[in-house]
Amino acid sequence: MHELAIAQALVEQVDAVIDQHQASTATAIRVRIGPLAGVVPDLLATAFPLAAAGSRMEHAELEFAHAPIRVRCQTCGADTEAAMNRLICGACGDWHTQVISGDELLLESVELETTASLTPDP
Amino acid sequence: MCDTCGCNLTPGNKHLAFKPVPKGATAVSVLKGLLAKNDDQAAHNREHFDRRGILAINLMSSPGSGKTALLEATLTTLKNEFTCAVIEGDLETENDAERIRAKGVQAHQIVTGTACHLDAHLVHDALHHMTLDGVDILFIENVGNLVCPASFDLGQHLNVTLLSVTEGDDKPAKYPVMFRAADAMLLTKTDLLAVLDDFDPDKAEAHLRNLANPAPVMRLSARKELDMEAWYAWLREQLAAQRARVAQGQSRRPAIQSDGMKYHSVTA
Repeated sequence: MHELAIAQALVEQVDAVIDQHQASTATAIRVRIGPLAGVVPDLLATAFPLAAAGSRMEHAELEFAHAPIRVRCQTCGADTEAAMNRLICGACGDWHTQVISGDELLLESVELETTASLTPDP
Repeated sequence: MCDTCGCNLTPGNKHLAFKPVPKGATAVSVLKGLLAKNDDQAAHNREHFDRRGILAINLMSSPGSGKTALLEATLTTLKNEFTCAVIEGDLETENDAERIRAKGVQAHQIVTGTACHLDAHLVHDALHHMTLDGVDILFIENVGNLVCPASFDLGQHLNVTLLSVTEGDDKPAKYPVMFRAADAMLLTKTDLLAVLDDFDPDKAEAHLRNLANPAPVMRLSARKELDMEAWYAWLREQLAAQRARVAQGQSRRPAIQSDGMKYHSVTA
Protein backbone atom coordinates (compact mmCIF):
# COMPACT_ATOMS: atom_id res chain seq x y z
CA MET A 1 0.00 0.00 0.00
CA HIS A 2 3.01 2.31 0.23
CA GLU A 3 3.24 1.94 -3.57
CA LEU A 4 1.01 5.02 -3.89
CA ALA A 5 3.63 7.05 -2.00
CA ILE A 6 6.27 5.65 -4.37
CA ALA A 7 4.09 6.50 -7.39
CA GLN A 8 3.75 10.08 -6.16
CA ALA A 9 7.52 10.35 -5.73
CA LEU A 10 7.93 8.98 -9.26
CA VAL A 11 5.54 11.58 -10.69
CA GLU A 12 7.44 14.38 -8.93
CA GLN A 13 10.74 13.17 -10.34
CA VAL A 14 9.48 12.76 -13.89
CA ASP A 15 7.92 16.21 -13.63
CA ALA A 16 11.33 17.61 -12.74
CA VAL A 17 12.89 15.81 -15.73
CA ILE A 18 10.23 17.27 -18.05
CA ASP A 19 11.03 20.76 -16.74
CA GLN A 20 14.76 20.23 -16.95
CA HIS A 21 14.52 19.29 -20.65
CA GLN A 22 11.82 21.81 -21.50
CA ALA A 23 9.66 19.04 -22.89
CA SER A 24 5.89 18.96 -23.06
CA THR A 25 5.02 15.45 -21.98
CA ALA A 26 6.60 12.14 -20.99
CA THR A 27 5.60 9.23 -23.20
CA ALA A 28 7.45 6.38 -21.52
CA ILE A 29 8.94 5.92 -18.08
CA ARG A 30 11.31 3.11 -17.29
CA VAL A 31 11.95 2.07 -13.70
CA ARG A 32 14.14 -0.67 -12.26
CA ILE A 33 12.84 -2.31 -9.12
CA GLY A 34 14.62 -5.18 -7.43
CA PRO A 35 12.66 -7.69 -5.35
CA LEU A 36 14.50 -6.53 -2.22
CA ALA A 37 13.36 -2.91 -2.60
CA GLY A 38 10.07 -3.82 -0.95
CA VAL A 39 7.99 -2.39 -3.78
CA VAL A 40 5.67 -4.55 -5.86
CA PRO A 41 5.79 -3.58 -9.57
CA ASP A 42 2.18 -4.63 -10.22
CA LEU A 43 0.92 -2.48 -7.37
CA LEU A 44 3.03 0.45 -8.54
CA ALA A 45 1.56 0.00 -12.02
CA THR A 46 -1.92 0.20 -10.45
CA ALA A 47 -1.07 3.24 -8.35
CA PHE A 48 0.72 5.16 -11.10
CA PRO A 49 -2.38 6.30 -13.10
CA LEU A 50 -3.89 7.67 -9.88
CA ALA A 51 -0.74 9.64 -9.05
CA ALA A 52 -0.26 10.77 -12.66
CA ALA A 53 -3.85 11.86 -13.35
CA GLY A 54 -3.93 15.32 -14.88
CA SER A 55 -0.14 15.54 -15.10
CA ARG A 56 2.14 15.79 -18.13
CA MET A 57 2.76 12.05 -17.94
CA GLU A 58 -0.76 10.72 -17.58
CA HIS A 59 -0.54 8.88 -20.92
CA ALA A 60 3.00 7.66 -20.39
CA GLU A 61 3.74 3.97 -20.52
CA LEU A 62 5.33 2.66 -17.34
CA GLU A 63 7.95 -0.01 -18.06
CA PHE A 64 9.72 -2.18 -15.55
CA ALA A 65 13.26 -3.46 -15.90
CA HIS A 66 13.98 -6.79 -14.28
CA ALA A 67 16.63 -6.74 -11.54
CA PRO A 68 17.67 -10.23 -10.43
CA ILE A 69 19.05 -10.72 -6.94
CA ARG A 70 22.79 -11.36 -7.00
CA VAL A 71 25.19 -11.59 -4.08
CA ARG A 72 28.98 -11.42 -3.84
CA CYS A 73 30.55 -13.76 -1.32
CA GLN A 74 33.07 -12.17 1.03
CA THR A 75 34.55 -15.57 1.80
CA CYS A 76 35.08 -17.16 -1.63
CA GLY A 77 34.50 -14.11 -3.86
CA ALA A 78 31.90 -15.72 -6.14
CA ASP A 79 29.02 -13.72 -7.66
CA THR A 80 25.87 -15.85 -7.64
CA GLU A 81 22.14 -15.51 -7.97
CA ALA A 82 20.17 -15.76 -4.74
CA ALA A 83 16.59 -16.08 -3.50
CA MET A 84 14.95 -13.21 -1.66
CA ASN A 85 15.10 -14.85 1.77
CA ARG A 86 18.29 -16.87 1.21
CA LEU A 87 20.99 -14.36 0.40
CA ILE A 88 23.74 -16.90 0.91
CA CYS A 89 26.56 -17.70 -1.48
CA GLY A 90 25.45 -20.06 -4.23
CA ALA A 91 28.99 -21.44 -4.53
CA CYS A 92 30.15 -22.09 -0.96
CA GLY A 93 26.97 -21.53 1.08
CA ASP A 94 28.46 -18.88 3.37
CA TRP A 95 26.13 -16.11 4.59
CA HIS A 96 28.82 -13.41 4.63
CA THR A 97 27.68 -11.87 1.36
CA GLN A 98 26.86 -8.46 -0.06
CA VAL A 99 23.87 -7.85 -2.30
CA ILE A 100 25.20 -6.42 -5.56
CA SER A 101 21.89 -6.32 -7.42
CA GLY A 102 18.23 -6.78 -6.57
CA ASP A 103 17.55 -3.95 -4.13
CA GLU A 104 17.32 -1.14 -6.68
CA LEU A 105 14.48 1.35 -6.70
CA LEU A 106 15.52 3.46 -9.63
CA LEU A 107 14.05 5.80 -12.22
CA GLU A 108 16.14 4.66 -15.16
CA SER A 109 15.05 6.73 -18.13
CA VAL A 110 12.22 8.84 -19.48
CA GLU A 111 11.12 9.36 -23.07
CA LEU A 112 10.00 12.90 -23.67
CA GLU A 113 7.85 14.57 -26.30
CA THR A 114 9.50 17.85 -27.12
CA THR A 115 7.52 20.84 -28.34
CA ALA A 116 7.94 21.44 -32.11
CA SER A 117 8.71 25.15 -31.69
CA LEU A 118 12.16 24.48 -30.27
CA THR A 119 14.74 26.43 -32.24
CA PRO A 120 18.50 26.37 -31.73
CA ASP A 121 20.03 29.33 -29.94
CA PRO A 122 21.47 31.98 -32.27
CA MET B 1 27.65 11.43 -8.58
CA CYS B 2 25.53 13.95 -10.42
CA ASP B 3 23.15 14.42 -13.30
CA THR B 4 25.21 17.22 -14.79
CA CYS B 5 28.41 15.68 -16.06
CA GLY B 6 27.24 12.11 -16.58
CA CYS B 7 29.48 10.62 -13.93
CA ASN B 8 26.54 8.55 -12.70
CA LEU B 9 26.94 6.44 -15.82
CA THR B 10 29.02 3.34 -15.21
CA PRO B 11 29.93 0.40 -17.43
CA GLY B 12 27.18 -1.48 -15.61
CA ASN B 13 24.34 0.85 -16.45
CA LYS B 14 25.49 2.60 -19.62
CA HIS B 15 23.41 0.33 -21.85
CA LEU B 16 20.30 1.61 -20.11
CA ALA B 17 20.96 5.22 -20.85
CA PHE B 18 20.80 5.37 -24.61
CA LYS B 19 17.95 4.03 -26.64
CA PRO B 20 16.77 4.92 -30.15
CA VAL B 21 13.51 6.87 -30.16
CA PRO B 22 11.21 8.12 -32.91
CA LYS B 23 11.57 11.64 -34.32
CA GLY B 24 10.10 14.45 -32.27
CA ALA B 25 10.75 12.54 -29.12
CA THR B 26 13.84 12.36 -26.99
CA ALA B 27 14.91 9.86 -24.36
CA VAL B 28 16.77 10.98 -21.30
CA SER B 29 18.59 8.89 -18.80
CA VAL B 30 17.81 9.68 -15.20
CA LEU B 31 19.22 6.87 -13.06
CA LYS B 32 18.07 8.43 -9.86
CA GLY B 33 16.65 6.70 -6.83
CA LEU B 34 12.87 6.82 -6.92
CA LEU B 35 12.83 8.01 -3.35
CA ALA B 36 15.49 10.68 -3.93
CA LYS B 37 13.29 13.37 -2.43
CA ASN B 38 12.66 11.35 0.71
CA ASP B 39 16.37 10.53 0.90
CA ASP B 40 17.35 14.20 0.62
CA GLN B 41 15.01 15.01 3.48
CA ALA B 42 16.41 12.07 5.46
CA ALA B 43 19.95 13.36 4.95
CA HIS B 44 18.79 16.75 6.20
CA ASN B 45 17.25 15.14 9.30
CA ARG B 46 20.52 13.27 9.90
CA GLU B 47 22.38 16.58 9.79
CA HIS B 48 20.03 17.89 12.49
CA PHE B 49 20.93 14.89 14.65
CA ASP B 50 24.66 14.95 13.95
CA ARG B 51 24.96 18.66 14.67
CA ARG B 52 23.63 18.00 18.16
CA GLY B 53 25.45 14.71 18.66
CA ILE B 54 22.15 12.82 18.86
CA LEU B 55 21.93 9.09 18.12
CA ALA B 56 18.68 8.37 16.21
CA ILE B 57 17.24 4.86 16.30
CA ASN B 58 14.31 3.62 14.21
CA LEU B 59 12.29 0.86 15.93
CA MET B 60 10.35 -1.39 13.59
CA SER B 61 8.19 -4.48 14.14
CA SER B 62 4.69 -5.90 13.76
CA PRO B 63 1.97 -4.20 15.81
CA GLY B 64 1.99 -5.56 19.35
CA SER B 65 5.48 -6.99 19.49
CA GLY B 66 6.50 -4.70 22.31
CA LYS B 67 8.12 -1.54 20.91
CA THR B 68 6.45 0.78 23.42
CA ALA B 69 7.01 -1.63 26.32
CA LEU B 70 10.70 -1.82 25.36
CA LEU B 71 10.88 1.98 25.39
CA GLU B 72 9.12 2.23 28.77
CA ALA B 73 11.62 -0.14 30.40
CA THR B 74 14.58 1.46 28.62
CA LEU B 75 13.63 5.03 29.48
CA THR B 76 13.11 4.10 33.13
CA THR B 77 16.50 2.39 33.43
CA LEU B 78 18.49 5.00 31.51
CA LYS B 79 16.74 7.98 33.09
CA ASN B 80 19.74 9.18 35.09
CA GLU B 81 22.28 8.27 32.43
CA PHE B 82 20.99 9.84 29.18
CA THR B 83 18.40 12.33 27.99
CA CYS B 84 16.08 10.56 25.59
CA ALA B 85 13.25 11.73 23.37
CA VAL B 86 10.70 9.72 21.42
CA ILE B 87 8.75 10.14 18.18
CA GLU B 88 5.73 7.84 18.01
CA GLY B 89 4.11 6.82 14.74
CA ASP B 90 0.60 5.35 14.67
CA LEU B 91 -2.40 5.54 12.40
CA GLU B 92 -4.52 6.95 15.21
CA THR B 93 -4.48 7.92 18.91
CA GLU B 94 -2.02 9.67 21.18
CA ASN B 95 -1.87 6.58 23.44
CA ASP B 96 1.78 5.64 22.91
CA ALA B 97 3.07 9.20 23.34
CA GLU B 98 1.11 9.41 26.60
CA ARG B 99 2.73 6.18 27.85
CA ILE B 100 6.15 7.71 27.14
CA ARG B 101 5.30 11.07 28.72
CA ALA B 102 4.17 9.20 31.84
CA LYS B 103 7.85 8.25 32.20
CA GLY B 104 8.78 11.94 32.21
CA VAL B 105 10.26 11.79 28.71
CA GLN B 106 9.57 14.16 25.84
CA ALA B 107 7.39 12.49 23.19
CA HIS B 108 5.77 13.64 19.97
CA GLN B 109 3.00 11.61 18.37
CA ILE B 110 2.75 11.46 14.59
CA VAL B 111 -0.76 10.42 13.60
CA THR B 112 -0.45 9.10 10.06
CA GLY B 113 -4.18 8.69 9.38
CA THR B 114 -4.03 5.87 6.87
CA ALA B 115 -0.34 5.89 5.96
CA CYS B 116 1.31 2.59 6.77
CA HIS B 117 4.80 3.99 7.42
CA LEU B 118 6.70 7.08 8.52
CA ASP B 119 8.70 9.01 5.96
CA ALA B 120 11.48 11.57 6.28
CA HIS B 121 9.11 14.53 5.84
CA LEU B 122 6.79 13.38 8.65
CA VAL B 123 9.80 12.98 10.94
CA HIS B 124 11.13 16.40 9.95
CA ASP B 125 7.81 18.05 10.81
CA ALA B 126 7.85 16.24 14.16
CA LEU B 127 11.39 17.46 14.90
CA HIS B 128 10.14 21.04 14.70
CA HIS B 129 7.72 20.32 17.53
CA MET B 130 10.47 19.02 19.77
CA THR B 131 13.31 20.38 21.86
CA LEU B 132 16.37 18.57 20.57
CA ASP B 133 19.06 20.45 22.49
CA GLY B 134 20.56 18.24 25.17
CA VAL B 135 19.01 15.04 23.79
CA ASP B 136 21.38 12.05 23.64
CA ILE B 137 19.20 9.38 22.04
CA LEU B 138 16.12 9.88 19.88
CA PHE B 139 13.93 6.81 19.41
CA ILE B 140 11.58 6.81 16.45
CA GLU B 141 8.86 4.20 16.96
CA ASN B 142 7.66 3.44 13.45
CA VAL B 143 4.15 2.33 12.53
CA GLY B 144 3.70 -1.34 13.47
CA ASN B 145 4.20 -3.03 10.10
CA LEU B 146 6.78 -5.53 8.84
CA VAL B 147 6.58 -4.35 5.22
CA CYS B 148 6.47 -0.66 4.31
CA PRO B 149 8.64 1.07 6.96
CA ALA B 150 11.72 -0.78 5.69
CA SER B 151 11.70 1.14 2.40
CA PHE B 152 11.88 4.67 3.81
CA ASP B 153 14.99 6.30 5.26
CA LEU B 154 14.00 8.69 8.05
CA GLY B 155 17.46 10.07 8.81
CA GLN B 156 18.11 7.53 11.57
CA HIS B 157 21.55 6.06 12.21
CA LEU B 158 20.37 2.58 13.16
CA ASN B 159 17.42 0.28 12.58
CA VAL B 160 16.31 -1.99 15.41
CA THR B 161 13.79 -4.67 14.44
CA LEU B 162 11.77 -6.46 17.11
CA LEU B 163 10.37 -9.96 16.78
CA SER B 164 8.21 -11.21 19.64
CA VAL B 165 8.20 -14.89 20.44
CA THR B 166 4.41 -14.99 20.01
CA GLU B 167 4.98 -14.44 16.29
CA GLY B 168 6.73 -17.11 14.19
CA ASP B 169 10.45 -17.81 14.23
CA ASP B 170 10.37 -17.77 10.41
CA LYS B 171 9.37 -14.09 10.22
CA PRO B 172 12.84 -13.04 8.93
CA ALA B 173 12.39 -15.49 6.03
CA LYS B 174 8.88 -14.21 5.34
CA TYR B 175 9.72 -10.50 5.55
CA PRO B 176 13.29 -10.36 4.21
CA VAL B 177 13.23 -6.68 3.22
CA MET B 178 12.48 -5.66 6.80
CA PHE B 179 14.91 -7.99 8.55
CA ARG B 180 17.71 -7.31 6.08
CA ALA B 181 17.51 -3.67 7.18
CA ALA B 182 18.07 -4.48 10.87
CA ASP B 183 21.23 -3.28 12.62
CA ALA B 184 20.06 -5.27 15.65
CA MET B 185 17.27 -7.81 16.11
CA LEU B 186 15.53 -8.07 19.46
CA LEU B 187 13.60 -11.25 20.31
CA THR B 188 11.05 -9.89 22.76
CA LYS B 189 8.66 -11.39 25.35
CA THR B 190 11.07 -14.25 26.03
CA ASP B 191 9.35 -14.81 29.40
CA LEU B 192 6.59 -16.47 27.32
CA LEU B 193 8.97 -19.00 25.73
CA ALA B 194 8.23 -21.41 28.59
CA VAL B 195 4.61 -21.73 27.49
CA LEU B 196 5.22 -21.63 23.73
CA ASP B 197 6.45 -24.79 22.04
CA ASP B 198 6.65 -23.45 18.49
CA PHE B 199 9.21 -20.63 18.66
CA ASP B 200 12.89 -21.53 18.42
CA PRO B 201 15.15 -18.47 18.98
CA ASP B 202 18.05 -20.26 17.26
CA LYS B 203 15.93 -20.77 14.15
CA ALA B 204 14.94 -17.09 14.12
CA GLU B 205 18.64 -16.21 14.26
CA ALA B 206 19.47 -18.68 11.47
CA HIS B 207 16.80 -17.11 9.24
CA LEU B 208 18.37 -13.70 9.88
CA ARG B 209 21.83 -15.02 8.88
CA ASN B 210 20.31 -16.39 5.66
CA LEU B 211 19.65 -12.75 4.78
CA ALA B 212 23.42 -12.16 5.03
CA ASN B 213 22.78 -9.99 8.07
CA PRO B 214 25.45 -10.09 10.79
CA ALA B 215 23.37 -7.95 13.21
CA PRO B 216 23.48 -8.89 16.90
CA VAL B 217 20.45 -10.79 18.18
CA MET B 218 19.35 -10.02 21.74
CA ARG B 219 16.76 -12.07 23.62
CA LEU B 220 14.89 -10.17 26.30
CA SER B 221 11.63 -9.43 28.06
CA ALA B 222 10.96 -5.76 28.73
CA ARG B 223 7.85 -6.39 30.85
CA LYS B 224 9.65 -8.82 33.16
CA GLU B 225 12.96 -6.96 32.82
CA LEU B 226 14.76 -10.15 31.81
CA ASP B 227 18.16 -10.04 30.09
CA MET B 228 17.89 -6.33 29.33
CA GLU B 229 21.56 -5.63 30.11
CA ALA B 230 22.88 -6.60 26.65
CA TRP B 231 20.44 -4.14 25.04
CA TYR B 232 21.50 -1.31 27.35
CA ALA B 233 25.16 -2.11 26.73
CA TRP B 234 24.52 -2.02 22.96
CA LEU B 235 22.82 1.39 23.29
CA ARG B 236 25.75 2.77 25.31
CA GLU B 237 28.20 1.39 22.75
CA GLN B 238 26.25 2.87 19.81
CA LEU B 239 25.96 6.29 21.46
CA ALA B 240 29.71 6.31 22.09
CA ALA B 241 30.28 5.34 18.44
CA GLN B 242 27.95 8.13 17.27
CA ARG B 243 29.83 10.68 19.40
CA ALA B 244 33.12 9.48 17.97
CA ARG B 245 31.73 9.86 14.42
CA VAL B 246 30.41 13.34 15.14
CA ALA B 247 33.79 14.36 16.56
CA GLN B 248 35.35 13.37 13.23
CA GLY B 249 32.64 15.01 11.17
CA GLN B 250 31.28 11.67 9.96
CA SER B 251 27.85 10.14 9.95
CA ARG B 252 26.26 6.76 9.45
CA ARG B 253 23.31 5.51 7.45
CA PRO B 254 21.45 2.37 8.50
CA ALA B 255 22.95 -0.95 7.37
CA ILE B 256 21.31 -1.53 4.02
CA GLN B 257 21.74 1.76 2.31
CA SER B 258 25.43 2.02 3.12
CA ASP B 259 26.03 -1.50 1.81
CA GLY B 260 24.23 -0.72 -1.40
CA MET B 261 26.20 2.48 -1.93
CA LYS B 262 29.34 0.48 -2.51
CA TYR B 263 27.89 -1.50 -5.38
CA HIS B 264 25.28 0.62 -7.05
CA SER B 265 26.06 3.83 -8.85
CA VAL B 266 22.82 5.25 -7.51
CA THR B 267 20.85 3.88 -4.62
CA ALA B 268 17.27 4.39 -3.68
